[in-house]
Amino acid sequence: MKRSHEPIFWSLFGAGGVLSALLAPVLIFITGIITPIGLWMPSQALEYSRVLGFAQHWFGKLLLLAVISLFLFHAAHRIYHGLHDVGVHAGTGTMIASYGGALLGTLAAAFLLFKIGF
Amino acid sequence: MAQIKTYVRPMAGWWRKNPFFVRYMIRESSSVFLAIYTLILLVGLLRLTQGEAAYEAWRSALTNPVSILFHWLALLTVGYHAYTWWMVSPKTAPNIRIGGREIPEMLIAAGGLLGTVGASVLVYVIVRWM
Repeated sequence: MKRSHEPIFWSLFGAGGVLSALLAPVLIFITGIITPIGLWMPSQALEYSRVLGFAQHWFGKLLLLAVISLFLFHAAHRIYHGLHDVGVHAGTGTMIASYGGALLGTLAAAFLLFKIGF
Repeated sequence: MAQIKTYVRPMAGWWRKNPFFVRYMIRESSSVFLAIYTLILLVGLLRLTQGEAAYEAWRSALTNPVSILFHWLALLTVGYHAYTWWMVSPKTAPNIRIGGREIPEMLIAAGGLLGTVGASVLVYVIVRWM
């Protein structure tokens, strides 16, 4: 019997679901709303030197990679299955586009986090 | 060759006919918002590797009203998904028994919701003061 690849995608979806349920709302609120408009969060909180230091620390790297990769795989899984609801049926093309995109984003994040130094 | 004309039930707008499916589609739309938000973060990381000027340009792009509106919509839909994620967690979580007894469903859901609140406060405090 051919082994199913669903458990891998399901695990990534689940891990991303838990991580995004815990962190996505507050991250969106901080990076996308309150810091840009300067309300309840000073602009210096996300200034260059501070964020660079975070991305160069091993723990910061781990957190950034986990957030970017798992959020992408979680979203990819739901978009892949959700396309059916709007009349686009699941197939090899949509699978490559969704999970392939998440994989590409993961590799890009890993490369950038390596490139940024330690 | 003649096309066989079987009746195919039209499915266009199927979810608009039932409030349950409208909520379902709003919740599922959060996956698109989450994907776009993550790509914005990834671009931020790219700009960070390109130096201070590039990073600050990315930051000032985020002050655009279109960006603010996008993030508000993302916050609402992704926040709604986080809420529903924990509300179904008693059904999806592994069956853990303590002292032979099942954990009450509301306790599992409440634990998850409290986890989100706790993590949010923690992240805010770290980003602002640490």
